[in-house]
Amino acid sequence: MKLLEYQAKEVLASLGISIPPGRVARTPDEAAQACADLGPVAVKAQVPVGGRGKAGGIKLARNADEARRAAEQIIGMDIKGFKVPLVYCEGALDIDREIYLGFTVDRDARANILMLSARGGMDIEQVAEEEPEAIARLYPNPWRGPLDFELNALVYQAGLGELARPLTAVVKKLHRAIPELDAVTAEINPLVLTKSGEIVAGDAKLEIDDNAIWRHKDLEERYGSVLEGDPYEVEAKKRGLTYVSLDGDIGIIGNGAGLCMSTLDLVQRAGGSAANFCDIGGGAKAEVVENALAVILMNPKVKGVLMNVFGGITRGDEVARGLVTAKNNLGMKLPLVVRMSGTREEEGRTILKENGIEPGANAWEAAQKIVELTSEGGAPLRRGASRGATSPDAGEGA
Amino acid sequence: MSILLDKSTKVIVQGITGREGTFHAEQMQAMGTALVGGTSPGKGGTTHLGVPVFNTVADAVQATGASASGIFVPPAFAPDAIMEAAAAGITLIVCITEGIPIQDMIRVKDYLRGHPAARLIGPNCPGLITPGAGKIGIIPQRITSAGHVGLVSRSGTLTYEVASALTAAGMGQSTIVGIGGDPVLGLTFSDVVALFEKDPETTHLVVIGEIGGSDEERAAELLGRGSRLKTVAFISGRTAPEGKRMGHAGAIISGNRGTAKSKEEAFRTAGVAVADTTDQIVGLLNN
Repeated sequence: MKLLEYQAKEVLASLGISIPPGRVARTPDEAAQACADLGPVAVKAQVPVGGRGKAGGIKLARNADEARRAAEQIIGMDIKGFKVPLVYCEGALDIDREIYLGFTVDRDARANILMLSARGGMDIEQVAEEEPEAIARLYPNPWRGPLDFELNALVYQAGLGELARPLTAVVKKLHRAIPELDAVTAEINPLVLTKSGEIVAGDAKLEIDDNAIWRHKDLEERYGSVLEGDPYEVEAKKRGLTYVSLDGDIGIIGNGAGLCMSTLDLVQRAGGSAANFCDIGGGAKAEVVENALAVILMNPKVKGVLMNVFGGITRGDEVARGLVTAKNNLGMKLPLVVRMSGTREEEGRTILKENGIEPGANAWEAAQKIVELTSEGGAPLRRGASRGATSPDAGEGA
Repeated sequence: MSILLDKSTKVIVQGITGREGTFHAEQMQAMGTALVGGTSPGKGGTTHLGVPVFNTVADAVQATGASASGIFVPPAFAPDAIMEAAAAGITLIVCITEGIPIQDMIRVKDYLRGHPAARLIGPNCPGLITPGAGKIGIIPQRITSAGHVGLVSRSGTLTYEVASALTAAGMGQSTIVGIGGDPVLGLTFSDVVALFEKDPETTHLVVIGEIGGSDEERAAELLGRGSRLKTVAFISGRTAPEGKRMGHAGAIISGNRGTAKSKEEAFRTAGVAVADTTDQIVGLLNN
């Protein structure tokens, strides 16, 4: 779960890290009021993706009128596929210097890596490429966390020795997000040293491991529903699916990320384009298959669905039964090509055949078949009506 | 011959009385795997599928001499199950469980550094199979056949796809290893490639990677330094959209590595043939 800036800052504040005064605004009037109360503010779009500054999602406002106008422009704006649901109005900082502080999972080292640099700000990736030694790194022990002397060494290595005492304290607090919140990435860039000598989080990014969200129900309840991304992705998330929207018109269901990705590759190779990536995972149950199909059919662009299931832990008969039930429940009329193999595949194929769904021979042929059925002059393209196939708007919010 | 697992490898299943554990332990037995027992806390002393059930892995190892374990327990308990197996002296631990929190796996990996004899495969993987000898995990036996092609893959279902194609083409496999798709996992491509390199019965190798991380690049470098194996690589995800990235931390440590392009180039540079689709793999192996 990727938190928005204001949410991440609330969490950082709960860990004891200083944040600038700020307020969430859902309307231009609220933004005007925030500015009236806080003085000059930065009006910042709240989206879980980088690059919002360049996209025009951050504007400075000296007074309430400017704040209102900025909020009018920013709220509802589309930034990299995310509709901005609200803005965060934040008091300006008197910046002396900008520091970079963050951690993430270094998958090659199979460990967390803490990073600190005196060269904070927008160009940190360039610094990493051109002058990697300007970024100090520490792999904290995952059982006991970083020791004081290790943090001290990190700060000195970053050339920030004169701030050793306050900085080690901030790094230690940020690190708490790993054991306490199952954070997989956290970043404060810039970490601002103000002219009055305080260390304050100028921006904040925080991502909580979705696999561990069951340990952090409070965070999910508090922040999980604010996001208004792609409506299908929002709906898929509610239904517990791994789903990513794409630009094409062929719905894809696969089990396993690798198979699903290679199915997208095959559809493209066959001259079609995928409307989504939807991995129903191992052990896909009837209910999951129906959920996947329901979300895919919400998208009016979808002209047909290709399902590619190669089972191990996934049983063909269960998948087939789920598919038949889902198709009937959703009143689906669009072309559906199913490629199914694996454990209990014969039973699965029999069930499909008995219910009028023809299983495809192999993945490549199935991909070609769905492209043929969904292209101009193919089978009649009637939208599947129905129960379950709610309109995109209905999937939003809530 | 094979790597990691043969007819004589004594195997237990952790979580043997559960639904998935039972189903797959039966499948393992059906192909002749030397399944000698299982664990299920509270059910020690009973018998399930004709083998003894123990409360702890240590009890199971002591009573049966097992050296390998397949883990079929829910994600909240799987990290502990892996460490329990290592502590009990199990040297081949195969964790099928999907959805383990990353921070738990990072702690497990750190713990395993203190148990260097324990090799972990997975988590979130289909396990491994040596056709005609045995399997630990969920790879369907009927899509495999014994032979000389080594197969190592990050994706479960693509493994089946390719194994089926090889079997249909009359190219049997020495061992098939699904290393799993999680960011923090046990054996890497390089580890498994090195094992195949030393197995005299393996003459051909298929590496099935996907976008993310740089394990494929490292395996390519290893193969590029000299290999006796005729190898074909396939990378899935070339049309996958770039992740909606937030923050710079990931980019700082990984730079441009991890893309399908970077991985394919690494294999080509190493002199390894790269397949565009999985159905080209058989042809390229015979080329």
